[in-house]
Amino acid sequence: MTAALEAAAPRRKRRRGTDGRDAWLLVLPALLPVMLFSVYPLVYGVLLGFTDAEAGLNAETHFNGLDNYVELAGNGLFWESFRIGLVWAFSVTILQFLASLGLALLLNLDLRLRWLARTLALIPWAMPPVIIAIMWQLMLNPGYGPVNRMLDAVGLPSDVNWLGEASIALPVVIIVGVWAGMPQTTVTLLAGLQSVPAELNEAAAIDGASTWRRFWHVTLPALRPIVIAITTLDLIWNFNSFALVFVLTAGGPGGTTMLPSLFAYNEAFRYGNFGYAAAMGNVMVILIGAFLLFYLRGQMRRRLQ
Amino acid sequence: MTTMPKTVGRSPYARPLQYLALLAYMCFLAFPLLFLLTTAFKTPRELQSPDAGLLPQQLNLDNFTAAIDKANLYTAAGNSLLVAVTTTLIVTAVALPAAYALVRFRTRMRAVATGWILLSQVFPFILIIIPLFLLLKDIGLVNTLLGLVLVYAVWSLPFSLWMLQGYVAAIPVELEEASAVDGAGRLKTLWKVVLPLLAPGLVATSLFTFINSWNEFFFALVLIQDPDMQTLPLALARFVGAEGQVQLGQLAAAALLACIPSLVFFLLIQKRLTAGLLSGAVKG
Repeated sequence: MTAALEAAAPRRKRRRGTDGRDAWLLVLPALLPVMLFSVYPLVYGVLLGFTDAEAGLNAETHFNGLDNYVELAGNGLFWESFRIGLVWAFSVTILQFLASLGLALLLNLDLRLRWLARTLALIPWAMPPVIIAIMWQLMLNPGYGPVNRMLDAVGLPSDVNWLGEASIALPVVIIVGVWAGMPQTTVTLLAGLQSVPAELNEAAAIDGASTWRRFWHVTLPALRPIVIAITTLDLIWNFNSFALVFVLTAGGPGGTTMLPSLFAYNEAFRYGNFGYAAAMGNVMVILIGAFLLFYLRGQMRRRLQ
Repeated sequence: MTTMPKTVGRSPYARPLQYLALLAYMCFLAFPLLFLLTTAFKTPRELQSPDAGLLPQQLNLDNFTAAIDKANLYTAAGNSLLVAVTTTLIVTAVALPAAYALVRFRTRMRAVATGWILLSQVFPFILIIIPLFLLLKDIGLVNTLLGLVLVYAVWSLPFSLWMLQGYVAAIPVELEEASAVDGAGRLKTLWKVVLPLLAPGLVATSLFTFINSWNEFFFALVLIQDPDMQTLPLALARFVGAEGQVQLGQLAAAALLACIPSLVFFLLIQKRLTAGLLSGAVKG
């Protein structure tokens, strides 16, 4: 392939030698800090997971092989937090996808006030997660919050402690998560919808296909690559998310919203067990990585068929 | 053919239902912010009274002045601004040449860079933050804004590179070649031909970096303990813990002030944003 390229563009071939050097020169300023502050910490972090590192000046660090993982396997609290993390990540991703797809379809129609809706749809994106959390704390405040007041106005029970009740805290936090992440997904899906050729839909309409059938057999298959990309990214982002839930509930009540990232944060920076916390990080990477590999390969195979 | 029956099979209720759905979405997305806005102007007495309406009785600014005072918002906003601006300048200066090189010189670097961009999204921050904390502690940069800037710059790079690559790829190579044929040197071509075409994408990317740094919480939480060094999200999170649950109006006012820059920027770049993400996704 390279040969063909060079034959087709003899002018570029002449410049190839200096090009390589130029390229390195241009990339170097990016490469150095990245090596020092991202590749090195990543490798260091993975290795820390196999040590007994602790916070503190005098603590000596030793490699302890798989000790952390043996201990972790028996740590019921961690696995419970892992389960909560999966419930959270999958629920938020799926609900977010469905809600965003609906909104993107509406925004793709020729409706009045579309510009306003598009602008409003970006609001959650423009807000820092910490502020989103504060805002929803106010919204869900048992005494003063408008959610309970609205329930009161229609005669429903209105003394619900949305974020303080162990049985409902996780679903409530999930809804806030959906709200916070909708813009990215909506914008991406909308962009995808606009790139679906209109002729395809028109041809299907001439053939007498109903709106629903056109959506299912024309629009959705054309959208598939974008759907896979955005749901994958959403899943990773959601599984790793921290700030929103940290401020909203700090993992409570009774640990029912303790995402794995919060759990590992506490282990590292409240109890000082750096090695053990890094081991948790390693387990999270491996399990999520395995799932992604599985999911993406399955999708690839479907596409090839 | 031109009079194609587009509305075949569509029920007469479709349009009203679509508007209803759109309205529901708009309420869901906008109401929380509207509520935050009105709460910020209410007096404590209004907030306590059970039958007060959504709108405040008057535009009362006490909450804002009190919040700025108590949560130390000026210092925090100054820190946030300094960190975000410095980060944006560094990231843009570093990412621009790199993105250009990655797109125009198709070497093996591009595959490596793309791999790293994706990898940096998958890794949980806990794996990165512990070594970074230790590293910054060794070189004395914990509790400093400089340390925060370094971390933000490195972790904003992947996304900036990703976006910028899309914009660079959208510029036809022929333009550069034509300029070279006309006798312009490489630098002159970059300056006179590439940069002007890249400007809108560059603006969108830098604003994005700015907002991400302005909003960031996790790294700041771990790396900054000194109250004088804390950024806005940190100051707010501590304010919630300290007295936010009692002073709802002040909390709302502080939260509102903190998201003004991002809200303004997002309104300014909303068109570019959609276009930029699209080109990044398709051509990156």
